Amino acid sequence: MTTTDTTLLTTIHEKLKTQFGDAIISAEQHYDFPVFVVSREKAHDILQFLKENADTQFQFLTTMCTLHFPDNEGQEFGIMYQLHNMPKNWRIRIKTFFSKNDTSIPTVTDLFPTANWMERQEYDFFGIQFKGHPDLRRILNMDEMNYHPMRKEYALEDDTRTDKNDKMFGR
Amino acid sequence: MITDKEIKEKDYSILNLGPTHPATHGIFQNVLKMDGEIIMEAEPTVGYIHRAFEKLAERRPYNQITPITDRLNYCSSPINNMGWHMTVEKLAGIEIPKRVQYLRVIIMELARIADHLVCNSVIGVDTGAMTGFLYVFQEREKIYEIYEEICGARLTTNVGRIGGLERDFSETCWKKLEKFMNELPGVLKEFENLLMRNRIFMDRTIGCGPIAAERALQYGFTGPNLRAAGVDYDVRVMNPYSSYEEFDFIIPVGTNGDTYDRFMVRQQEMWESLSIMKQAIEKVKQIKDKVYHADVPDFYLPPKEVVYSSMEALIYHFKIVMGETVIPKGEVYHAVEGGNGELGFYLISDGGRTPYRLHFRRPCFIYYQAYPEMIKGSMLSDAILTMSSMNVIAGELDA
Repeated sequence: MTTTDTTLLTTIHEKLKTQFGDAIISAEQHYDFPVFVVSREKAHDILQFLKENADTQFQFLTTMCTLHFPDNEGQEFGIMYQLHNMPKNWRIRIKTFFSKNDTSIPTVTDLFPTANWMERQEYDFFGIQFKGHPDLRRILNMDEMNYHPMRKEYALEDDTRTDKNDKMFGR
Repeated sequence: MITDKEIKEKDYSILNLGPTHPATHGIFQNVLKMDGEIIMEAEPTVGYIHRAFEKLAERRPYNQITPITDRLNYCSSPINNMGWHMTVEKLAGIEIPKRVQYLRVIIMELARIADHLVCNSVIGVDTGAMTGFLYVFQEREKIYEIYEEICGARLTTNVGRIGGLERDFSETCWKKLEKFMNELPGVLKEFENLLMRNRIFMDRTIGCGPIAAERALQYGFTGPNLRAAGVDYDVRVMNPYSSYEEFDFIIPVGTNGDTYDRFMVRQQEMWESLSIMKQAIEKVKQIKDKVYHADVPDFYLPPKEVVYSSMEALIYHFKIVMGETVIPKGEVYHAVEGGNGELGFYLISDGGRTPYRLHFRRPCFIYYQAYPEMIKGSMLSDAILTMSSMNVIAGELDA
């Protein structure tokens, strides 16, 4: 169901704005989701506030994943957190972006125990360093691997192949 | 000199439960520290069948991602399948006709029953009751025959298309469906008689691998595992999709979150699914128009026989297969109630022929990390039961 109801977006945005000011970079509605882009320094505090504040109570971390935009200079990597307030059925998404030169971000395992494996997965595939994570090591790939395969620079197919010409197919 | 720590370590025996243990589905490794037969610590290792689905999806056109989703939770692949198509439809703003939505509900509930049948019968097997397993696998076979009628495949079904279904239900399919729905209640009853009040079964499962509601929420549990702990969260009710808001059904909940409750919740859910299917069939009958897909030629892959005989269809077929159809830019999240809980698809489209980023919220992966905590201090045999009652599906865990 696609809703264009933006009341949740504005309520949460106002709350975050008064509490964190400039750390809230943008607030938009994407289909049925209010999406907030926040600064990395405050990301952990914002998640903690959203979890513990009596009015918001986003206590369920639905999912999180890494975003990689190699062309977006200075903000190549991003993390997306999706929170859920189950009793009120509110869902929001928090995103934060940072540079490829410093891919570290505070862990949220202290707030949401479920983030443990999720963060390990993002470390495994993108090499994001979660500061303070109790056990940050690879989870799905083998330990000896020395690169992070989900990054955009690793093409799935071998680019050096010459027997396939995709020019005519708009690829 | 031996340190205190080393002595402490020496007291425990180390046991590898899996990956080649029959109860661990061939791929979950658990290194257990045992004090006699009591589990003191457990460390799960996953990743043995990791197939890089998220990376694969970045190279495939939207309609070709369906087979990837089929292999997530292969016990109920049509649900994943429909979930993926609904995600793309949400992004592309495609309105689905009511009849198609009801047909999808029928397929999804069928898949849920298949999933729960496997899980519950395996709990029986792990307590030593093979009979129930053999009974209900006949029912699962019937479900697979219905799948076969709908799409030609049995396990890795490719039922859906962006915009609807690949084909309409055939006459044989409706007949098989009716036969199945008439026969299932009897088998379910028999299965329940066998286990529900069985002294051995109750002794083995009550209090086995419990998790409290609060802890379950912290660990990101959803689906039957969370409901067994007493939280009535169901995506079908909270965020209805495919017209679920029009159906009458209850959400069964447990109290203790132990193996017995998980078994009972799944058992009751099958009755609810049956009732949903009945309602859906009634609703389908009321719609005269035999539509099975939305009128969106830009997205809906036309049937082969039409492609061979109509120019228009050939053009659209070519456009879709070559990935020339424009899926709008944007990011979208869509969740469905899978067999194990909230199965979510987070999709970023940059307007290209393939998704820019696709992330699966796989319920198994998220809740399996609670396993060490759930089996701590219990016996080895309880650890096996806990694992089967959590319904961890390898394909979803390792995607």
